[in-house]
Amino acid sequence: MADPRNDHGIEIRGLSKIFGPKANELAPLLDQGITKTELNEKYGHVLGLKDINIAMPAGCIQVIMGLSGSGKSTLIRHINRLIEPTRGEVLVGNEDVVKMSPRELREFRRHKTAMVFQKFALLPHRNVLENTVYGLEIQGVPRAKQVEAAMHWLSRVGLNGFEKSYPNQLSGGMQQRVGLARALTNDAPILLMDEAFSALDPLIRVDMQTILLDLQKEIRKTIVFITHDLDEALRLGDRIAILRDGEVIQQGTGQEIVLKPANDYIMSFVEHVNRGRVVEVQTIMTPLAAGEAPQGVTATEGTLLEDAARILLQSDTDRLTVVSGDGRPLGVLTQQKLMEAMVTKVA
Amino acid sequence: MDWFWSFPHLSDNFLRDMRRTIDDGFRVFTRNYGDQLEAVFDPLRVFLVWAERLMLNTPWPIVLLVIAAIAWFASRSIWIVLGSMITLLLIGMFDMWDDTMRTISMILVCTVLAIALGIPIGILMARSDRVRNVINPILDVMQTLPSFVYLIPVVMLLGIGRVPGLIAVVIYAIPPMIRLTNLGIRLVDRDVLEAADAFGSSSWQKLKNVQLPLALPTIMAGINQTIMMALAMVVIASMIGVQGLGQPVLRAINNQYFTLGILNGLAIVGIAIIFDRVSQAFGKRLQKHLEIVHG
Repeated sequence: MADPRNDHGIEIRGLSKIFGPKANELAPLLDQGITKTELNEKYGHVLGLKDINIAMPAGCIQVIMGLSGSGKSTLIRHINRLIEPTRGEVLVGNEDVVKMSPRELREFRRHKTAMVFQKFALLPHRNVLENTVYGLEIQGVPRAKQVEAAMHWLSRVGLNGFEKSYPNQLSGGMQQRVGLARALTNDAPILLMDEAFSALDPLIRVDMQTILLDLQKEIRKTIVFITHDLDEALRLGDRIAILRDGEVIQQGTGQEIVLKPANDYIMSFVEHVNRGRVVEVQTIMTPLAAGEAPQGVTATEGTLLEDAARILLQSDTDRLTVVSGDGRPLGVLTQQKLMEAMVTKVA
Repeated sequence: MDWFWSFPHLSDNFLRDMRRTIDDGFRVFTRNYGDQLEAVFDPLRVFLVWAERLMLNTPWPIVLLVIAAIAWFASRSIWIVLGSMITLLLIGMFDMWDDTMRTISMILVCTVLAIALGIPIGILMARSDRVRNVINPILDVMQTLPSFVYLIPVVMLLGIGRVPGLIAVVIYAIPPMIRLTNLGIRLVDRDVLEAADAFGSSSWQKLKNVQLPLALPTIMAGINQTIMMALAMVVIASMIGVQGLGQPVLRAINNQYFTLGILNGLAIVGIAIIFDRVSQAFGKRLQKHLEIVHG
């Protein structure tokens, strides 16, 4: 799935973070399997992250999901080292971010990453245009180029005509569009989004998700997206990692997580998910027996159950044939089976 | 039980010797290094004299116009401009124009000096808790030590005149400048600072693009306070030879000239109000972006 134009995958290896003055002395205790509660009660230190291993392919959206206190915001801040890790590696391309000197780190942040924040974090004394050029200004790009790039991305996120407005004059949704435009103008291969849409109301949030997905088709950046909302995670994520108490408890595609939750905790999350919008037809189809002829209407591999149901409803049959991208029939799905899959869990 | 009723202080002889030793030592220091110190502070004297000549030699209508223009560009309020003009005209009518110009030039130099020294010190204080812990008690001393006490060594070192007066005024007036610069920078939203970091700002870029602009309203309040405190020192500074509105007040105290005292005192109040309103209105205009809120 890696994109040839973007070779900036991120690999996190054995990353741990203990907050507190004696973090380094306490780090060996992690190997002995000390828990978050123990570390807090015995030593008064907070375990932020524990032995995180995630490989994020280049050009994909990796969602990190977890509730508050799960360490997801801590994790994303390790990728551009806004937080120093206690141990572990963060590999971007071939470089270990953890080992960079301050100067290298600054260059890395300027050219390789851009970040969108939950609370927007715009400069209140600068208007929209001046906020958007910030990254390029820091890099020392000529002013004309700064403005050209900024105007391009401002129009892409739908902020034409707002260049001269100040952040305080804009609604939350529009402020976050500025945040997004600012990050995109930086033209970095990695986009870090820390609960970027969490502060927005539901309709605008879905709106922003759509904008992001549309843009991603074209920009193909490596996006790390933090959220506490499973629906958002499933909608955006090519891959999802679920964090709890600083540990990754499951990672995989949305379907894998919905269909095979690793434990009760994740189960309780996915229970309420609309499976029709996550599960794809080929996952639940009955493979075609040799020589069996395709019947009824067809749906391409990768179609979501909800869309397949719509196709079935509009036809007069109760059978649906799943075909591959090049039209080869793969399997069959009955109306019965489709409905079962949408309402109950698949074993 | 003597010690119970009267505090057992150090022996009188010891105290006398101690005072004498320190005084003699300081006197020797003054004799040996006074001239060098005076040379160090000479640029200040030049600056002061220049500012004073500028204010005194410029014909009064031009001074009036320039002040009106400054008041207009800083506040954009016709009322503040009108108020300033009327105050200055009244001052002129009661024959206090020259002294007022001397005082304004003094305040001007003092403010420039306080800004030039205070902002960098405030920045250093904001950057390091250790620096803050050292400077804070010094500022407390500067603000509470009776000004006469530090006038003594200053006068011993530099004699009577403008420069020692200026130093005394700056010592008294600079603490709010330093404190409010420090406070303003420390109050800058951490989320915005983090964003600046995430985009790879160097610490100079962070200071220039984020910290100082966001701290500016607070820094402006510091400048305003510094001006006010400098004006409050005008009378005391006149005791060591600073010319201006303070001297007639001093004369009035010594000779019980009630009207002279009141008039010059009111003139000081008048220019204080002008400075205050103009600088506050300017500070407010700087934060205009904070006021228009999305409804």
